[in-house]
Amino acid sequence: MIDCAENRLLTSRRGLLLGGASFAAWAYLPKFARAADGRDPRLIVVILRGALDGLSTVAPIGDPDYAGLHGAIALTADGAHPAIMLDTFFALHPAMPEFARMYRDMHAAVIHAVATPYRDRSHFDGQDVLESGYAGPGRVQSGWLNRALEALPRGERVSSALAVGPTTPLVLRGNAPTVGWAPVALPQADDDTAMRLIDLYRHRDPALAAVLSQGLQLEKAASGDDMKPKPGNAVAQMRQVARGAAKLMAADDGPRIAALAFDGWDTHANEGGPVGRLAFLLGGLDGALAEFESGLGERWRDTVVVVATEFGRTARINGTDGTDHGTGTIALLAGGAVKGGRVIADWPGLKPANLFEARDLKPTTDLRSVIKGVLQGQFGLSDRVLAETVFPDSAGARPMKGLVT
Amino acid sequence: MARDSQAALVALNRFGFGARGGASGDLINAASDPRGFVKAELARPNGVLLEAPGLQSTPQLGQAVFAYQDQVKQAREAAAKAGASTEAPSQAPPDQKPGLRRNLSLNAVATEIAGQMAGAKPPDNKPTDNKPADSMAKPDSMQPNAAAPPAAKPAPQPLNVIQKTFRAEALARLQRATLVECGFTERLVVFWSNHFCISASKGELARIWAGAFEREAIRPHVLGRFSDMLKAVEQHPAMLFFLDNQQSLGPDSRAGQNRKRGLNENLAREIMELHTLGVGGGYTQDDVTSLARIITGWTFAGRQGQLGAPGSFVFNVNAHQPGPQMLLGKTYEPTGLAQGEAALADIAHHPSTANFIATKFVRHFVADDPPPALVARLRDVFIKTDGDLKALATALVESDEAWRAPLTKMRSPYDFLVASGRLLARVPEDPGAYLNNLNLLGQPLWSPAGPNGFADTSAAWAAPEGIKLRLDIAAQMGARLGPNIDPLDLLEFAAADAASIETRKTIERAESRQQALALLLMSPEMQRR
Repeated sequence: MIDCAENRLLTSRRGLLLGGASFAAWAYLPKFARAADGRDPRLIVVILRGALDGLSTVAPIGDPDYAGLHGAIALTADGAHPAIMLDTFFALHPAMPEFARMYRDMHAAVIHAVATPYRDRSHFDGQDVLESGYAGPGRVQSGWLNRALEALPRGERVSSALAVGPTTPLVLRGNAPTVGWAPVALPQADDDTAMRLIDLYRHRDPALAAVLSQGLQLEKAASGDDMKPKPGNAVAQMRQVARGAAKLMAADDGPRIAALAFDGWDTHANEGGPVGRLAFLLGGLDGALAEFESGLGERWRDTVVVVATEFGRTARINGTDGTDHGTGTIALLAGGAVKGGRVIADWPGLKPANLFEARDLKPTTDLRSVIKGVLQGQFGLSDRVLAETVFPDSAGARPMKGLVT
Repeated sequence: MARDSQAALVALNRFGFGARGGASGDLINAASDPRGFVKAELARPNGVLLEAPGLQSTPQLGQAVFAYQDQVKQAREAAAKAGASTEAPSQAPPDQKPGLRRNLSLNAVATEIAGQMAGAKPPDNKPTDNKPADSMAKPDSMQPNAAAPPAAKPAPQPLNVIQKTFRAEALARLQRATLVECGFTERLVVFWSNHFCISASKGELARIWAGAFEREAIRPHVLGRFSDMLKAVEQHPAMLFFLDNQQSLGPDSRAGQNRKRGLNENLAREIMELHTLGVGGGYTQDDVTSLARIITGWTFAGRQGQLGAPGSFVFNVNAHQPGPQMLLGKTYEPTGLAQGEAALADIAHHPSTANFIATKFVRHFVADDPPPALVARLRDVFIKTDGDLKALATALVESDEAWRAPLTKMRSPYDFLVASGRLLARVPEDPGAYLNNLNLLGQPLWSPAGPNGFADTSAAWAAPEGIKLRLDIAAQMGARLGPNIDPLDLLEFAAADAASIETRKTIERAESRQQALALLLMSPEMQRR
């Protein structure tokens, strides 16, 4: 008896503490593998919660006002930690060499001076707008990625199980069933107990029955040492999450679409320049992108990773060597399917008169156009579905063409 | 004998932390007078305070952190001097007795703080926390491409004073929640603590102060005035640290001029957005900046203690932006500290604040979609009573809606774990299992991912992985405790004849007591409130 119990403890579920990251994926294997060209597109959405300082990540060092505004934390093309020039005007943060390599290989792109339609400065409303895909806050029933999934032809249910994350990001919430993953080493309840409980829920609490069934289904096939919990800092954890997600998505019957979130970008104080707090986080993000690339293997060539954040930060640093909530920022694209090697920007300039409300980078590109362009390029969703269902009332934000090969 | 078990469930689960097992008789007492059972705790405002031997004040704890940090620094410097190796491995001294158990007695912690700290060792930041600690940006951890976690597994180290304090505070809170009768006032504490949350993962000071913040700024006012709680919160060192106000300098203040630093609007924004008016509550970006200027100088004394006792709230006039400020259409004359206190008092009485608080309050206790009539009534009570939070709680308990609405809210992970502990009559002696399970379930104690606190809707907690993990935890409890209990007795304590036939049958037919206990803990009667 005792042996038996202990045995079960030892063969515990694969675990991973996510440290601020969450991951969720679609539970169906959609029929988009294209027999003709063998293309099997994958999409990963990375949400950076807390508002990324786009001007510190991809710095417009060719803009004469940048250095003055960003002051002590401004990036420069020289010095001990030079920024990586992407063209003659924009330079990438030195903590992101992997992204720089992908950019040189034409598999990464930057969209600058971008923003959702949200123009106030609350993180929480801003994230709701970013993830819900609605033009304003207050709609939190479903996310744009889930509605995009609903619009796709369904294939078989993914049979191989994934371990699950405690919460689903709003972007992936909705009618289309999803699976999540956030493994931790915990002895699991046996199937019999779980089945009895599901039976009780079916009679008394159908909503919980559905939720628990999903949780159990995902449970079964997670395997591989990569998903065991490992100690480490936030950088290591970002990589680890990406590695696990990539592993799941690389499988033939794995999810094709995933969303995950990294927290901690709200750099009000001591943001740091080429080194420091933001640099540390960007290094984690860069490592995560590299993990996606290596983990997806052959499938990387069909993959697009979209990195987005709820809004940007003030163009001028505040009184504590950080930046407060702003508006325009960047979005990043990476992956073998990205037509990269370029910074796409209708640059508004950083003169006081050009700043939004005299303080923020003025957005000149609608983030929805970028995402629509990716969804169209990867999955062939129509203008109409994108403008009415995926991003309601967004006909004005036309899909950006030519983002995907 | 008018027994109403359904109303007892509302009293115990919607308002409280669930029935205690053993000989408490909670369900019977609640059934005979449900409203009276809930309201009884409101008559004992002192019962909300939490004082236990060894729990220290914020300045004392701040000083303990400063002393600890000094020791770490000295040890590092000594190590650097001694060994000229490239990397100082800054390990704890190896002379710790391996058999020594982590001692959590509050008195031991007090003794520890009093100055008998063991050899210095590097601060143990919690990398699994959601928000990166400031200390992450320390040079030694600042490797932009640090590829993998360190390969060598460090030997388990004794807890430092910060971790010990955090655990002692957690333990005191958990024990209180497990032992109280109904638990309504403790639920109120959790509600307000989440409303005015800080995050322990901000850094060492936040972690050591997390419990003291709740004891000092929240508990004394849970049955008092909102404006008093607001002031206590925004002047508490933990909040000033969490939202960076100790770094914010008036651009025209003496310190601002000398040090060429200036405003940080983080705290000012969250005061209006999250603590009082709410988004759309009628403030603008200019108001945020104004309030940020008004509260410059609100800080806490540092380790040198030039401004006051280290770790205590101080108003630093040298950092305060001089001159009058316009906020929400009103001019505040330059009266120093009083300028900010007057501004906070006015914001506390703003109609948007009444609306925001009433809505959140009803959403927490009654339904994700709060009944508008009830919200309107509580808003009026809030306005008429000058933000009397006891009157607010009383009005909620006296409303019909709160008793009629079906029990559809999910218990949060904290509620679930505490309710389970109460039903099993297990008073925790070590917070470790609770803290681990809270981490697993996505509600790490006093460490929400952002200043908006933990989610308060069923959708957030009724997620596939979350429920699956609850089942795993319930199964563990069943395996450990099931052999010694009668699950049907527990069902009587928890719900009696308010339990559904299906739940009763499921427990009766379980293949073992262990399984029966797991199923009981996971039953809708235990999960919904």
